[in-house]
Formats: sequence, structure tokens, C-alpha cells
Amino acid sequence: MTEIDKIKLGSWWRRNRDNATSMFAATPAMLFLSLLYLLPMVLLLSQSFEGSSLQHYRKALTDGLYVQVLLDTLMIAAYVCIACFVIGYPVAYFLSIAPGVWSTIGMIFVLLPFWTSILVRTYGWMVILGRNGIINRTLLHTGIIDTPLALMNNITGVVIGMVHVLLPYMIFPLYAVMRRMDKGLAMAAEGLGASGWQVFTKIYFPLTLPGVLAGVTLVYVLAIGFFITPALLGGGKVPMIAVLIEQQVHTFLNWGFASALSLVLLTATLAVYAVLRRVLRGNMQWT
Amino acid sequence: MDITATTVPRVRRIHRGLFLRNLLYVWCAVVFLFLMAPLIVVFPISLSSSEYLQFPPPGWSLRWFEAYITDSTWIDATWRSIKIGIWTTLLSMFMGTALSFSQVRGRYKGKSIINQISLLPLVVPMIVYSISVYGLFGYFKLIGMWQVIVLGHTVHAIPFVVIIVSAALRTFDITQEQAAMSLGASRATALWQITLPQIRPSLVSAAFLAFISSFDELVVAMFLGGSNMTLPKKMFDNIVNEIDPTIAAVSVIQILLVSLILIIVSKLGAGATPSQ
Repeated sequence: MTEIDKIKLGSWWRRNRDNATSMFAATPAMLFLSLLYLLPMVLLLSQSFEGSSLQHYRKALTDGLYVQVLLDTLMIAAYVCIACFVIGYPVAYFLSIAPGVWSTIGMIFVLLPFWTSILVRTYGWMVILGRNGIINRTLLHTGIIDTPLALMNNITGVVIGMVHVLLPYMIFPLYAVMRRMDKGLAMAAEGLGASGWQVFTKIYFPLTLPGVLAGVTLVYVLAIGFFITPALLGGGKVPMIAVLIEQQVHTFLNWGFASALSLVLLTATLAVYAVLRRVLRGNMQWT
Repeated sequence: MDITATTVPRVRRIHRGLFLRNLLYVWCAVVFLFLMAPLIVVFPISLSSSEYLQFPPPGWSLRWFEAYITDSTWIDATWRSIKIGIWTTLLSMFMGTALSFSQVRGRYKGKSIINQISLLPLVVPMIVYSISVYGLFGYFKLIGMWQVIVLGHTVHAIPFVVIIVSAALRTFDITQEQAAMSLGASRATALWQITLPQIRPSLVSAAFLAFISSFDELVVAMFLGGSNMTLPKKMFDNIVNEIDPTIAAVSVIQILLVSLILIIVSKLGAGATPSQ
């Protein structure tokens, strides 16, 4: 290397030192994720094509039983998503307008369950919803019903449990958008003679739409891959796709088929996620 | 000007406003009760003297707390989960914070792809990721070692750290760091003594989130753990097999711990929620 080359290299280094350092800072995480995240996913993909190439996919997408599980999963996720939105929207609004103390107290009611283990919460629901649970005991005792209601080991129980787990994921993005909103806009509309309903439908709701979309998508994406709640509150009678995948691996040791099902689930999830990114144009408001 | 023509609709509107407001308060009260209910009910069950899930409990005792503390499988599972959680926190904080600096400060090709890759584990369902690493570690005969659970959990903790820490770095005034360096501090000193202390609240939140995400995680641990059970796996088995209310005692301990940690985190700095 000549002196001039050295000087050139030196000035290149001075110009690009910050960027080089930045790129270097990304390497540990990227190496780690490539080896332990991207690689296994690629292996999974190749696994799903084992044997006579597409046999597992044919089974997953044409066998009535498995198609039904897939459709049920998408439908349960939709129920959960709608319930979370209807329940969560007013709550997020309350949290965004309530005076300091009440907002904090409300936030604690949302955060404490959010941070508590899903297993603990699911167990709590079993205590409440079970055949001998609190609700059935109370209703039987007061004579409102004669036979215990089936609140668990069916879709009802699974939806209740999942709404409980996923509600905060709806409330947080909505709250973030509502907090930042310029209250003057609604007041201006009101001052110009709009009715309360008009202010809500024409001004307030459209302005919260990014939060709504983020919340709905987040909840839907998490719901279709859910395992713990359907496994415990469904009592084996509500086969969602994640439970089915676990069964295929642990009970039937059917690797190829489990991989194909996983890829079907992954595709559905990524499709929903892609729609979110398109709609929000990469502007994840809730973060 | 006829005064009633304007006041009557206004009064009606205020009345309706009050009605809607009260409806909102009632609605929120019901939802908060719904959110807290499953946490509250485990308290009486944990103090029950009955072997079965019975409500209201026929008598009171501390036997399920005793059962938890004296059963070595429960205690082993607890320590294993704590150990896994701490390692996951350390690894994900190191890699995630470095990646956040890279994302916020750097300008290079492929940055947005790196960003996408680092956030992807949030989107991919746990069950899908679990069976994919199960395949990888199974091939190398590593199933059953707690270290591989740490690796799996770290993949999922990195996005949390990246989101929280890079949000903090974006609002951090970089001139402070430059001022320190122009006064003679090395880059490392400036980073360590100026930048990191200022984003400490976010670092605390990120570490908390990383730890909890590992400590509560069931699916990855179920696949990779083999017979070495983590606490969530032990709890899952206990619930599925309806063994006894020890699970209620464990739940109560966890709820109290989470409350305590939430208080500590909020004291150490704001930003414990994804929205603040």
C-alpha cells in the first residue's frame, strides 16, 4: 500500500467511522437471529416439503377436518377481535380523558393483568367458569338455573379467556392515539353546530383509525396463533390450529404435517401483518 | 331573541352528555372488574383447606403454600425459570441495545431490512417458532438443556428491547454526548456516563419486559425443555391434570411479585407501558 492509499483509506475511515461502528453494533443481534431464527424457519419450510413434495399441504388444505380447524381458528380470532374492539374502545377513551388519579388507577387495572402470567389468568378463569365454578355455584345456589351452564370446554370459554389476555393489546394503541389527539378539533366541530354523534363519526373516530387498525391487527395476529388458552379453557373440544400443531408433534410425531400446518399458520399471520403495514404505511403508531 | 329556543336543546344535550358519561363510567367499571376477576379469585382458592377446586372454600389453611415450598420439583422449576429469565435478559439487553444504537444512529444500506428482521419474532406465532427450533436443537441432540431455552427466549425478547430502547434513543439529545466528547471524554465514556444513564428508565422497562417475557413463556420451554420443566410448564401440567390447588398458591405469589416489581419499575422511571 502506498502512502497515498493509506491517506485515502484514512480519510475514508474518518468519513465513515460512525456508520461502520453502527453496522458493527448490529452484528451480534443479526448473527444471533440468523442462526437461531431465520435458519430454523428455513429448515421448517424445507421439512414441510418432505416425502412426495406437496402431500402435507394437500392434506392440510383439502382434508375437511383440517380445513374446519383452520376456518374455526380464523373465526374465533375474529370473534375475539371484535369483542376486544367493542369492549376496549370506550375504556381507552376513558383512560385518555380521565383526570390524573383515575387515569392512573384505570391503567393499573389494565397493566396488572397484562403483566400477570397467562397461565395464572387462565387458571383464574377456570375457577370462575368451571362446572363447579363461581358463576355456576352462585346461579345454582340462588335457584336461577337447575343444571350447571357449560361456560368452559367450549368456544365461549376460549373466547372469554382470549379476550381477557388480548384486551390490553387493543387498549394500548387506541389510548396512545387518543392521548395525542388535538381536543380542539372535536370542540371546533361542536362549535360549528355538529351534533355529538356527528362529532364522533365524522371527526373523532376517523382520527383514531390508525390506533383501531393497529389494535385490531395486533389482536388478530396474536389470536390466530394462540395456544395456552384454547388448550386449557377449550378442554380439547375447541381445536385451534396451534393446539393441532402441538398435537401433531407431541402425540403423533408427524413432523412433516406439523411443519406444513405451521407454514399455513405463518402465511395467514404474515398476510394480516402485511395488510397492517400497508394500511399504516410503516408508521406503527402504538410503539 | 327567544331564549328557550337555544337553551332547551342545550339542556337536553347536557343531560344526554351526562347520561353517556355515566354509561362510560359504568362500562369501564365492569371492564376493570372483568380484567381483575381471574386475579382476585385465586386468592381464596390458595387459602382453601380443600383438596379440590371448591368455592367458597370449606375452610382456610396455608397448606398449598407449604406444598409449593416443600416440593422440590416446584422449587427447582422456579429457580430454573429465574435463571433462564436472567440470562435471557442479559443477552437480549446486550444485543438489543447495540442494535438500537445501530438503528437510530447509523445510516447504511439494508438498515430497514435489519429492522424488519429484528421485529419479525413479535409477529411469528410462538408455536411456529417453537417447532422450528425444536427441529434444529433436536438435530444436535440439545433438547432438555436449559441453555437452549435461553436462546429461544432471547430471540423473542430482542424485539421488545429494540422497540423500547430505540424509542428512547430517538428522543435523546445527541449533542450532550458530543459535548462530553469535545470536552475530552472517549466515545465509550460518553456512552457509559452520559447516554446510558439518561435512557435508564427505558432500559429498566426493557429489561423488565425481557425478563417477564421469558419467565412466563410456556410454548418454547415446553418443546425445548424435555423433562427439565420450567415454572410455566409445571403450572401447565398441574392445571391440565387438575392435581391440587398448589397452582393457586403459586399464582398468588406471582401476582404479588408482579405488583411489587411494577411498583419498583415505576419508581425507577416511567415507560413501563408500551404506550407511554
